[in-house]
Amino acid sequence: MSDTQVILYRDVKKGLLVALWFMFLTFPIMVIKVNPIDKIIIWRWQNMFLVGGASFFLYLFSQIFLRKRKTSSQGDQAAKPSRLPFQQALITESKFFIPALCLFGLFWLSFPWLFSTYQTNIMITALMYVVLGLGLNIVVGVAGLLDLGYVAFYAVGAYSYALLNTHFGLGFWTVLPIGALLAMLFGILLGFPVLRLRGDYLAIVTLGFGEIIRLILENWNEFSQGPSGISNIARPGFFGIDMSLDAAISYTYYLMICLVLATIFIVNRLQNSRIGRAWFALREDEIACQAMGIDKTKTKLTAFALGATWAGMVGVIFAAKTTFVNPASFTFLESAIILCIVVLGGMGSIVGVILGALILILLPEYLRAFSDYRMLVFGAVLVTMMVFRPQGIISNIRRTYAIDEDLGQNTVRQKE
Amino acid sequence: MDYFIELFLSGLTRSSIYALIALGYTMVYGIIGLINFAHGEIYMIGAFTALIVSTVLAIYGFPFFAIVALTVLAAIIWSSAYGYTVEKIAYKPLRNAPRLSPLISAIGMSIFLQNYVLLAQTSDFLPFPALIPEFQFMEPYAHIIGSSDLVILLTTITVMVLLTLLIKYTKTGQAMRATSQDKKMAMLVGINVDKIIGITFIIGSALAAIGGVLIASHIGQINFYIGFIAGIKAFTAAVLGGIGSIPGAFLGSLILGLTESFATGYVSSDYEDVFAFSLLVLILIFRPAGLLGKSSIEKV
Amino acid sequence: MKIWAKTLSGKKSNMELLLEINSLTMDFGGIRALDHLDMQIAKGKIVALIGPNGAGKTTFFNCLTGIYTPSGGELILHTRDQVVQKLNGLKPNQVTKRGLARTFQNIRLFPSMTVLENVMIGHHCRTKAGVLGAVFRGKKTRYEEARIINQSYEILENVGLSSFVNEFAKNLPYGAQRRLEIARALATDPQLLLLDEPAAGMNPQETDELNELILKIRDQGLSIMLIEHDMRLVMSLSEYIFVMDYGKKIAEGAPEKIQNNPAVIKAYLGEDIEDVT
Repeated sequence: MSDTQVILYRDVKKGLLVALWFMFLTFPIMVIKVNPIDKIIIWRWQNMFLVGGASFFLYLFSQIFLRKRKTSSQGDQAAKPSRLPFQQALITESKFFIPALCLFGLFWLSFPWLFSTYQTNIMITALMYVVLGLGLNIVVGVAGLLDLGYVAFYAVGAYSYALLNTHFGLGFWTVLPIGALLAMLFGILLGFPVLRLRGDYLAIVTLGFGEIIRLILENWNEFSQGPSGISNIARPGFFGIDMSLDAAISYTYYLMICLVLATIFIVNRLQNSRIGRAWFALREDEIACQAMGIDKTKTKLTAFALGATWAGMVGVIFAAKTTFVNPASFTFLESAIILCIVVLGGMGSIVGVILGALILILLPEYLRAFSDYRMLVFGAVLVTMMVFRPQGIISNIRRTYAIDEDLGQNTVRQKE
Repeated sequence: MDYFIELFLSGLTRSSIYALIALGYTMVYGIIGLINFAHGEIYMIGAFTALIVSTVLAIYGFPFFAIVALTVLAAIIWSSAYGYTVEKIAYKPLRNAPRLSPLISAIGMSIFLQNYVLLAQTSDFLPFPALIPEFQFMEPYAHIIGSSDLVILLTTITVMVLLTLLIKYTKTGQAMRATSQDKKMAMLVGINVDKIIGITFIIGSALAAIGGVLIASHIGQINFYIGFIAGIKAFTAAVLGGIGSIPGAFLGSLILGLTESFATGYVSSDYEDVFAFSLLVLILIFRPAGLLGKSSIEKV
Repeated sequence: MKIWAKTLSGKKSNMELLLEINSLTMDFGGIRALDHLDMQIAKGKIVALIGPNGAGKTTFFNCLTGIYTPSGGELILHTRDQVVQKLNGLKPNQVTKRGLARTFQNIRLFPSMTVLENVMIGHHCRTKAGVLGAVFRGKKTRYEEARIINQSYEILENVGLSSFVNEFAKNLPYGAQRRLEIARALATDPQLLLLDEPAAGMNPQETDELNELILKIRDQGLSIMLIEHDMRLVMSLSEYIFVMDYGKKIAEGAPEKIQNNPAVIKAYLGEDIEDVT
């Protein structure tokens, strides 16, 4: 309680210096705006003070935060085993968890009835990002492979549906598995040569691959109709019944809810399996992992291909939902947004990723004033999370096993 | 034949710009093993600062040579300041974090800076004033090589020589080499490692700023997005030559610039970027150590 | 495989032999880290590999376990069912599957996984459940999973870590981390356990416990090869010792013989010793 909690005089002094530095740093770009054609200069001095004030307070906040973390981590060491973090208690304690889950479930199920089509549409988008986030989470969060070209597999799914639907008239339900399989195939094809690379090189190669796919879609007019894209793609069908637009959107919404639930179920089971353990181990230490008899390439490839499969599936749904695809939807920034969801939510944590997706996709939609600053904030979130809370909002919880009980049960079982 | 020479020379100009940016990547990678994803943005900020400063000075009626000198100086100062600040905020706290953390942080920084310039300035392309004059004595050769090509080439060569001298013969250069070999040992022999890393970022950023001003003046327009593609291409060049190696950065840039120039000249310009990206993917897969880099064996 | 079995049995039909190392060489650029090493390791024995720092002991382990690919020579394993197998060129995970397991000099646990999970990972190469098994969690997968948990727990009891089951590996005390590495290696069901400086950084009491643990593991039928600098431990444990210096084997034999070997003394104490004595 002594000098760790209060802002000190020297912090204020340092904060003022930081503010001055940032005022200098941002001077040309924030303050001056030129129009080289008409030869006009606009001086925006107010921005300078804005930057100064903001950097001063941000500096103080970051100092307080860092100090708190230091003291709390010292305290933690003393009383570690007995205390569960709050979020963990929320998730593991069933007396909180089950009513909360019911409430949430009811809300999600009645959403299209409570809100307008417009709102439902936004929620569909958010749910799509939830699935994309969970898919990328397998690759980045669980297996620790930084994939910056995730959007390429999303594009593969979307274009499979767009092309197969417009050229061959194949329906949504036929293409959904085809799109997923194609994306998986792409994942395996790319994964084979690439996955033996070291982490940061892997990131760059996947980024390059993502851009190559986008550029090909943009330039190969005969195949993908170039930048203008493909329109008039059929919405998802329901046994051939004609639906009004509203009904179709509600239908897509429930489809997404099912996909989200299925994804959560599958990802959860995968994480708590032999394969899932191997993924986590791979993220922790590759060499030790191999020395323990795990086939590195095969394990990585499984994660990569599974992640791609989900992107492919969501891609098909995306094409069906918007009825239009063009290469502009599949830029690097899209990959970065999905990465941001995983990083903010907490790498490897399912609940975290869902939360991350809802925060990052819904907030800019509902805070209109904020939406221009969307990408700026995404960038800042990536940096801030890495520096201050690399484990994300909700850190990944390791499964614990109640051994004695298990042991008894299992020995009985084996005797049978 | 003329067309060939023209392509060759424009390839050299490209190479020069790539080299100026690639040096920043390679120096930072050499010293802290980080792909400084935001480096392309530093180059973009250099170009923007130059545009703003030169326009302001021109409106206030400064003479041409003063404009050129002050613009280059301002671009270097502010780019370096950004490079230094980015290092302090996004990388320094992560020195001992897992390898991917600083990379994610760098990607965040890159997105942040792009959108910062987009919001504070504009998303449109802005015309960039010609800061490199058309020299009289160049007129007979103007159909083969423009004045700005010549200036870009000469600047790059000068910078290359100066940088090599700096790293080989100065105390700072020595400290930089020591730090890149073994950070802990360098600290033990009394080198201020944080300071050396800061200096590395400043030098890299200054070079990127020079590249930014030169290419903006050569092409004549800029926007907030130029850093992304240029950054990736320069990174490709750095990896091609062997990341961490300064001669490698030059060699890689030379190869990338020339192949790009010939490929767009003789084949098709539609797939210009696909070409660079494919090259990047192929090198990383087949020879991740690059042409001049040494493949390292991880100690167990 | 058959051909190997023949030629080798023609040369030597030693049922007691576990691992044969013939002329193993490893070059890094121009540096020869291992220089034509020849060793034979018998079944069910505790063997030590000693030598001054930089002699190439860990490099030897890395070549043996497939982390480095040797530049020359042969590594031949005689498995339990009398099959003779060549180990060079195999990947680390394949070597582990053939029955060699190791620990690391600088501990390489999976720090943010629990102690039990660390050991469960060791069972990976002896189990089968795939993606579909994980998703549908059928009877077979459930049995397999239960078996992994049981066996892992038994191993932890065996090495004396059963009270830490759900603790993160990174929160264990140093000595316990070293034991966990051994537990994890045991989970791969090895024939030969390779321990790289298992006693490094341990206090005398922990070292004594380690001594007992190693003997216990040997008595369960495993062969053990250890790199160690703690001579007291080496001399009390090992039945056979190899000594390396500058990548070469300079001596081998029973502990008493090694203690009095002039070449070994010279390697450890330097050249000058001869002038003094």
